[in-house]
Amino acid sequence: MTKPYRDNLPISADGFMDQFMRLKRGSVSRRHFLGVTGLGLATAVFGRFPGAGQRAYAAGDLGTQMSIATWPNYHDPATFENFKAATGVAVEVNVFGSNEEMLAKMQAGATGWSLFVPTNYTISTYSQLGLIDELDLSQVPNFDPATQSARFTSEGKVDGKTYALPKNWGTTGFCVNTAKLKTPMQSWKDFFEVAQTEADGRAMVHDYQLTTIGSALVSLGFSFNSIKPEELAKAEELLIKVKPHLFAINSDYQPSMRSTDAWLTMCWTNDGAQLNRDMPELAYILGKDGGEIWTDFYAIPKSAPNKPAGYALLNYLMDPQNAVKEHIANGAPTTDSRVIALLPAEITSNKIVYPDEASLTPLEFGAAVTLTDPGRAELMARFKSA
Amino acid sequence: MELTPKAKKTMVTAALIGPAAIWLFVFMVLPFFAILVFSVGERAPAGGYQPAFTFDQFANLGARAAAFVNTLTLAPIGAIACLLIAYPLAYYLAVKVDPRRRLLLVSLVVVPFWTSMLVRTYSWMYLLGARGIPHVLELIGIENVRLINTPGAVLLGIVYGYLPLMILPIFVSLEKLDRRLLEASADLGAKPISTFFNITLPLSLPGVMTGVALVTILLLGEYLIPQLLGGGKVFFIGNALVDLFLQSRNWPLGSAIAVTLVIVVVAVLLISMRIAWRFAGTRQIDLV
Repeated sequence: MTKPYRDNLPISADGFMDQFMRLKRGSVSRRHFLGVTGLGLATAVFGRFPGAGQRAYAAGDLGTQMSIATWPNYHDPATFENFKAATGVAVEVNVFGSNEEMLAKMQAGATGWSLFVPTNYTISTYSQLGLIDELDLSQVPNFDPATQSARFTSEGKVDGKTYALPKNWGTTGFCVNTAKLKTPMQSWKDFFEVAQTEADGRAMVHDYQLTTIGSALVSLGFSFNSIKPEELAKAEELLIKVKPHLFAINSDYQPSMRSTDAWLTMCWTNDGAQLNRDMPELAYILGKDGGEIWTDFYAIPKSAPNKPAGYALLNYLMDPQNAVKEHIANGAPTTDSRVIALLPAEITSNKIVYPDEASLTPLEFGAAVTLTDPGRAELMARFKSA
Repeated sequence: MELTPKAKKTMVTAALIGPAAIWLFVFMVLPFFAILVFSVGERAPAGGYQPAFTFDQFANLGARAAAFVNTLTLAPIGAIACLLIAYPLAYYLAVKVDPRRRLLLVSLVVVPFWTSMLVRTYSWMYLLGARGIPHVLELIGIENVRLINTPGAVLLGIVYGYLPLMILPIFVSLEKLDRRLLEASADLGAKPISTFFNITLPLSLPGVMTGVALVTILLLGEYLIPQLLGGGKVFFIGNALVDLFLQSRNWPLGSAIAVTLVIVVVAVLLISMRIAWRFAGTRQIDLV
């Protein structure tokens, strides 16, 4: 008599379900689960066949999991699926509302992130505080400094050492629902005037000191980055006067603009492009009087629990073939000429994504000092609680 | 070895309260101690905390006075609004309803807790937003009504979210009510309304005060509802704390505000218990 086939299985059906429920409850690790159920062995065997779990983007042990900290609506979700298919590493995505919040999490201790997306003006502070390491560019062969536009990428270097590689650049303008608002607007001065009149109760500003205070400063004729107390006092006066007329103070403005609850909002390039793509009446305008131009970078925290996977994802994203999909999905302009060559003409000719050089001239990059200046932080708190 | 009865008793006590005591010590007392230490420190130049011994942060509490005022007005208003809606419903459930259907109806009060508060608050965002109720109003000719991001929307979210916490304690206190007292009152010639005010209401006060205290205390730390339904324009202490820790990274001031908030909560508890004792003439209302 032959033995029942079940005796040859590494685990009984009941045992399998028991282990599976323990895994779901989190009482055992995935590694333990794969071990005792034999699935790990199966994966390893199948993994030897071509097409199942190649590791084209890095050598070495990448593990099975990593986290990235980034911005809302900022990636093509397929990117992480494809990365998992290529490397076996699942990417957990954490979404943030401001650079301050990212920095606060890093200052509080280990974040669990193996890659994150800080904006240009924060990188020198991260490196001074010892929260990020110099990048080992030998692990990112897909990055080519020769094809990068130095205008946007210079702040990735501190004292000649590369701490961060560019993701994309962009601008901070405003988005107007032209079906609801008829006043022509060209400047931040117009923005704050219309917010108190025609767009009463329908305008949004960011929950973010850099852009909200910066744009108010610009509308008064001051620098976007000012920390002069008398100029900040004027900006505060304006913001507090505007506040009763606002719809919301919130950096997640896409839902409200799409539902037409809000008709006017401060807006980043990529959101402006996404909104305009889906609702053509939503126009994106750069202030003639100034505003912000920025670059978001990829950096690896010193405390990263899975640096090999962080580098692997970074290298994957620096591959123009992968990066181009990200740009098509999120609508932000690229710093890499190899990617521009691959982008479809309707994106490279889109004036929201690639504006005329003249409209960029009055814009300023955010300054590092605004991140840590207590005066701006307190102003924002007084504005919100007023 | 034979344990003495006294040792046995000590061990039983330790086994009963040990787990809760350890939990509270590790996750409540120790963090609170850390917050106390932070509150006498200084903000580091790049944000965060650096050691110091100064009461500057407490002197600077006035910088968040607006948040304290907002919270200390909206929390009691929210609690009273909850009470006004919850009391008649709890009375109906405890006194008037057919006992065979009581369990079902009381369970329905708890059902909303099966879904996350966040999901329910988001649902309100869509209901109150332009594609929700205002859209229906447009169909009958009322244009451009804005409901979302108003103090009214915040109050609605508060009442919706905390109503069950008010209904349940009042229901319990009314259900325990000795019906013979009501019969005696009627026998002695009291009208129903005077029976309610002289007997039912005073005897249900412990439930009312428990409900009011529960809702008020939770509201003092509320953060989500003003953020989501108030559009970030209605600023509670909870919102001030989030900003101080996550945006301006002034941890010492945030800690000083947190310490002050704890003191306010304890004061609210003590005062509401005193009031309840006085009115109910009983000491059965122990919340702390």
